[in-house]
Amino acid sequence: MPKKPLFANLTSAFFAAGLTLFLGASVMGLRLNSEGITLGVELASTQTFVELGLAGLLVFLFQLFRDHLPKLSSNTSAKLAIPSFLRTDKQQRLWLMLTLGALLLFPFTTGRSNIDLATLVLIYIMLAIGLNIVVGLAGLLDLGYVGFYAVGAYTYGLLYTYFGFSFWQALPVAGLFAAITGWLLGYPVLRLRGDYLAIVTLGFGEIIRLLLNNLTELTGGPNGVSRIPKPTLFGLEFSRRGDNTFHEFFGIAYDPVHRVIFLYILALLLVILSIYVVRRLIRMPIGRAWEALREDEIACRSLGMSPTNIKLSAFTIGATFAGFAGAFFATRQSFISPESFAFIESAIILAIVVLGGMGSQLGVVLAAIAMVLLPELAREFNEYRMLLFGLMMVLMMIWRPQGLLPAKRPHRELKTTNAEVK
Amino acid sequence: MLQLEDVHTHYGAVHALKGVSLDVKKGEIVTLIGANGAGKSTLMMTICGDPKASQGRITFQGEDITHTPTNKIMRNGLSVVPEGRRVFTGMTVEENLAMGAYFQSKDIKEQQEERVLNLFPRLKERFHQRAGTMSGGEQQMLAIGRGLMDEPELLLLDEPSLGLAPIIISQIFEIIQQLRETGTTIFLVEQNALKALAIADRGYVLEHGKLVMQDTGKNLLANEDVKKAYLGG
Repeated sequence: MPKKPLFANLTSAFFAAGLTLFLGASVMGLRLNSEGITLGVELASTQTFVELGLAGLLVFLFQLFRDHLPKLSSNTSAKLAIPSFLRTDKQQRLWLMLTLGALLLFPFTTGRSNIDLATLVLIYIMLAIGLNIVVGLAGLLDLGYVGFYAVGAYTYGLLYTYFGFSFWQALPVAGLFAAITGWLLGYPVLRLRGDYLAIVTLGFGEIIRLLLNNLTELTGGPNGVSRIPKPTLFGLEFSRRGDNTFHEFFGIAYDPVHRVIFLYILALLLVILSIYVVRRLIRMPIGRAWEALREDEIACRSLGMSPTNIKLSAFTIGATFAGFAGAFFATRQSFISPESFAFIESAIILAIVVLGGMGSQLGVVLAAIAMVLLPELAREFNEYRMLLFGLMMVLMMIWRPQGLLPAKRPHRELKTTNAEVK
Repeated sequence: MLQLEDVHTHYGAVHALKGVSLDVKKGEIVTLIGANGAGKSTLMMTICGDPKASQGRITFQGEDITHTPTNKIMRNGLSVVPEGRRVFTGMTVEENLAMGAYFQSKDIKEQQEERVLNLFPRLKERFHQRAGTMSGGEQQMLAIGRGLMDEPELLLLDEPSLGLAPIIISQIFEIIQQLRETGTTIFLVEQNALKALAIADRGYVLEHGKLVMQDTGKNLLANEDVKKAYLGG
């Protein structure tokens, strides 16, 4: 590619700098001042404007010389090749075991808040793995995924409230109900494609939330469902007093951290199970069919597949995982309300899938960790938290538009003989 | 084997097929030629049940398939190689072929895979390569191979020569003849009338949604009107 002249980007640089100044001035340049009961608007300090000017200049210079900056993006995939100690199956299994061991030991080495945070990460991993089937593998843009999460959570909450179900009894039912909801909602909408599908699923997600909010007699409306019991370990409760408590059974002193650790391990097991199931699904014909469908719907039809059924299976299976995650969320929080299932949750889960690399399991796990941890770690930046979050997204889109770890397709190496023997 | 009786097809208000009747007998190569927009692809897709015929009757192996859903039609001894190849570019040759035998037992799958690979030695060389990285001719071979994977009695080919180099086109047409020898009946829709008529037992000429001519391939090649309209004088 021939080098562009030095000032080829002059107009776009002016434009970008102007936009920066305009947005910066309108967000930071004015200040609201309350004097008694009246609100006055005044200009911010000179220092703010000087900083704004510098920021504008920086943007201008960056845009102007963009093409002459050393490329950061070009060879990232080469850098991210599988390190040598992960090449063989045996080594991979060893590292997998070590990671699992570390994850199991983790809660015993750290404090309660960290374990709680890790559990939250695990919930998002589970959700993202489910959504990854729908978005990453089957290529259906679902913006209402949180609806199934809500169905799972409310299934447990309401089954407990009305019928006294325990967590373990409710968990499969929650998955089943979420699957049924997915099937029912998927059936009419999966004939749509792309943007239209996204809009309709967005609507369905909101409908579920609004239903939960307004069926006050059944769901408690905005008050939610409270006092949902924690799960038990083979009937042993993690409470201070009770008939059959964990610490009495094992003859150790009561410690509230036990319950937190138990929840963490439970979430870990659910995540491992989800990853395992999805891995198997990807290698099964149905996984191939999802992928084929994402690539070319007409070709699939010409091969006698029914796109609606294949999409429906992806939608339903994806919803099932959200149902499990929802039931777990309900038991962890003890309290659920429609507020927990707003659109922003769908957006975050979708962002995890996209950031991780569509269809890639490991990528999704890493992205879930990043997406949940970063906002937590960035708490000290207060109101700039979401701004940083946005910045991270923009940078990701520039440097790694395919996600952290783009999906590598599994290959069956069964019949090498056929190809090599000539 | 395949029979169309007075088939009409509408796209909304557009009357694309205006009463087409034709038949394909077992073991034949039958070709349908016509200019752009004559309704060739529409006819092909109507046989596959998408869009459905608004009038008339389509029977395949004695069974009325006029109102059968597309996925059922495609699973019962009929395969189509869609226009523009449409292989799964992200998948390997092996996986593309496997998708073709999605509803077949493992035995049939392996047996057909061997047959396809013998027919197209090129695909054997590229067995683990991603389809998107192959040339147009190889992709067309793969598309035909994929169509053959579920042991079709009748193979519908929609413009297999589209966008290919002349030498590759010749190869493809040779393979089509080979296919007939192994017992597959072929219905070929083509713009390349010269090549298509040369290998066809019989041919139909479609104009503005109506069949205007039908004869043996040889006679059509020699026909003055056909020469003028489709063979460049």
